[in-house]
Amino acid sequence: MMKDCLIIGAGPAGLSAAISAAQNGVDVTVIDEFMKPGGRLLGQLHEEPDHVWWNGIEEAQKLFDEVLNQSIDLKLGTSVYHIEKANDNWLVHTNEGIYRGKTLLVAAGAAERSIPIPGWTLPGVMSIGAAQVMTNVHQVKPGHNGIVIGINVLSLAIARELQLAGVHLQGIVLPPEHLLTKGVSHPMDVFQSLLHLTHLAPSPLLKWGGLLAGKSAFIQRLSLQMYPKNGFKLWNISVQMKRVVTEIVGHEQVQGVKTADLTASGDIVPGSERTIPVDFVCIAGGLYPLVELVGVAGCPFKYIPSLGGHVPIHDERMKTPVDGLFVAGNITGIESAKVAKAQGHLAGLSISEALGKLTENAEIKRAIEHIEKTREKALIQFHPDIKKGRKHMETIAADFQKKEVSGQ
Amino acid sequence: MDAFRVTKHPVLKLKQNRKEIAFVFEDQPYKAYEEDTIASALLANGIRMLRRHEESGSPRGVYCNIGHCFECRVTARGEEGVRACLTPVEDGMVVSSGKQLPTPFKEGDQ
Repeated sequence: MMKDCLIIGAGPAGLSAAISAAQNGVDVTVIDEFMKPGGRLLGQLHEEPDHVWWNGIEEAQKLFDEVLNQSIDLKLGTSVYHIEKANDNWLVHTNEGIYRGKTLLVAAGAAERSIPIPGWTLPGVMSIGAAQVMTNVHQVKPGHNGIVIGINVLSLAIARELQLAGVHLQGIVLPPEHLLTKGVSHPMDVFQSLLHLTHLAPSPLLKWGGLLAGKSAFIQRLSLQMYPKNGFKLWNISVQMKRVVTEIVGHEQVQGVKTADLTASGDIVPGSERTIPVDFVCIAGGLYPLVELVGVAGCPFKYIPSLGGHVPIHDERMKTPVDGLFVAGNITGIESAKVAKAQGHLAGLSISEALGKLTENAEIKRAIEHIEKTREKALIQFHPDIKKGRKHMETIAADFQKKEVSGQ
Repeated sequence: MDAFRVTKHPVLKLKQNRKEIAFVFEDQPYKAYEEDTIASALLANGIRMLRRHEESGSPRGVYCNIGHCFECRVTARGEEGVRACLTPVEDGMVVSSGKQLPTPFKEGDQ
């Protein structure tokens, strides 16, 4: 059966798009391989500055309730493995058969960057997101006593979630320095990357960091030298910017990690090596847009580090240069779920317009403004240059359009 | 089956009164709750090793837990390569782990 619109991904972007498209009379099917709707929203749990908890499970339920109010087809537990275009229509191949649509929105979200560390294939080593889903979605602890490798906004947030569920953490430490950990393994790099997060928590570390933001490199270097090797406590978890895990050890599964202290310039302090017993390890390498499917669909890419890596070229209306192909959410750049929702809402309107079901331009303009406002108010900026990255993408998309118009 | 369950939480509503189900992993019987995945059911029972690497025989478990990495692949309902993290466990389900395979043509092997 031919649908007006197929949406891949039932996260905040995909569901919001489905809702706004369906409200304009677009016939939608949403496909997702997880057994529950909500995507990565499901794992999220954090306290907003007004002390209200952002509970991803409840947010996902709200979206799902709206989906149920519309006649939206939702196919869960369905994996997409190929996309092709035939006679101007999209064919989406899944383990449950082929779906056909006039337009396609890919809202596949993000994946986690992994950090290879000796011993990382042992059972009990997992990505930080894996621990989040295990704990908050399935309500099973990843272990009783663990350690987090990789200090970034995602690992700080999820470490706190693990702690809320009663999981003990030895701390959050650095990965070893190698080719794949440039920029995330040196104490100074990590120290500087945390300075823009100082508004997040009333902790001594972050207050101290806040005072240092914008100060000279000399002052920052001096401060890092004084940074205690056992770290500062953030929500009672020790953030150890001068400790590294060099190896994960265990027989058949994780039993411990080998750690060492680092000097402010990133050298191992001789004699500081020791083994800490743990029953699980989380690797936190950050997020990147999950773009394989739009690649298969023929979309061109641009590498923009502030957006998280290679992102599909798209204009401010979430339209790609490929006719009938739209994108929304973290696939366009790593940002919060609220931004993803706002982008999804806009994509649903753009799709309605492309199908001739929406002629009112003002609604689309409002949706674009809403994304900007949401971004402005975002609690967590995954990258300090996110706005520059978004502007860059707009220019690239505009250039692309000009070339198309002039037939180049 | 509750060794690793979250039993107290200051914010999240914990799942309660869920239907208990029975399944088999590597010929051993285990219990789980409805809505568990194969991966969460096994971890709740303290089982981390889901398979051995086909070539090296090294033990492997859940890595990404959202279907991207395929590290947690098992055999379930007679189907090979099923992702334990995305597959709901079912009453009476038989699950088995991947084993090390022979490499008769690999150079240096005996």
